[in-house]
Amino acid sequence: MSADNALKDQPHLMPKGGSRPVFRNIHVLDILKYRLPPAGIVSILHRVSGALMFLLLPFIIWMFDTSLSTELSYERFTAVFLGSTGWFFKLVALALIWAFLHHLLAGLRHLWMDATHAVTLRFGRLSALVTLGLSVLLTLALGVKLFFF
Amino acid sequence: MQEISSSTYGSKRLVVGAHYGLRDWLSQRVSAALMALFTFVVLAQVLWPRYVKNPAGQIIRDATGKLVTITGYDKWAGIFAPQWMKLFTFVIILALAWHAWVGMRDIWMDYVKPVSVRLVLHVFTLAWLAGCTGWALQVLWRF
Repeated sequence: MSADNALKDQPHLMPKGGSRPVFRNIHVLDILKYRLPPAGIVSILHRVSGALMFLLLPFIIWMFDTSLSTELSYERFTAVFLGSTGWFFKLVALALIWAFLHHLLAGLRHLWMDATHAVTLRFGRLSALVTLGLSVLLTLALGVKLFFF
Repeated sequence: MQEISSSTYGSKRLVVGAHYGLRDWLSQRVSAALMALFTFVVLAQVLWPRYVKNPAGQIIRDATGKLVTITGYDKWAGIFAPQWMKLFTFVIILALAWHAWVGMRDIWMDYVKPVSVRLVLHVFTLAWLAGCTGWALQVLWRF
């Protein structure tokens, strides 16, 4: 049932005179003008990181497969990351590392807030900043390990 | 349905959606907690050194008296070799598929409005997850 029909059933909800402004779908480019608080950034990145890992699942399972199946496939696995296009695979792996860390920390933040009913503005803001900072710091540290050691 | 669905507010409002919000909310959190636990179990085993043992199960030492650590493939495969670890990983693969299904369906429901497109994306998501789950399970009992 459409919203228009719902309003017809309840005339008292209809806008009077038709002069009231109506806000419907906004343009997609309005996203660029959003000013999200830290918790909002964590929230949208939770989705982005989840979707990224979903799309890269075949690559994740390929790594699981080749690294685990046989000693021979393990060598193939390491060779891919050490070869001439290794930097590309390392970059994808690093993106996955960030996605996993952010998703894990944001998820633990959710579980913590669900379990303790931590709903103050201060805690929400602080834990969001910790989530963002810690995931980026750990990603950088693991990136250094991945590329230089 | 017309009588009970005409209101869009209050306790008698039209409740749209899939009607299984609590089950999905809970299963997403339970699967998340399991995967977090799995992460720490694997991480601990990766960081913890493993030593070469003799057939009697005793840790052996080299000529200089030092313990011999297991590295590379043997260590990595050794983590997933015990039956309890295979079963744990099996549960995690299923938890991941369920978790990803709930999450991706949330994304499609929020951003994709045409029912036909949404249906196609839902079918794609399910097929994608089923295929990935099958592959992952095959790997688990191959070695």
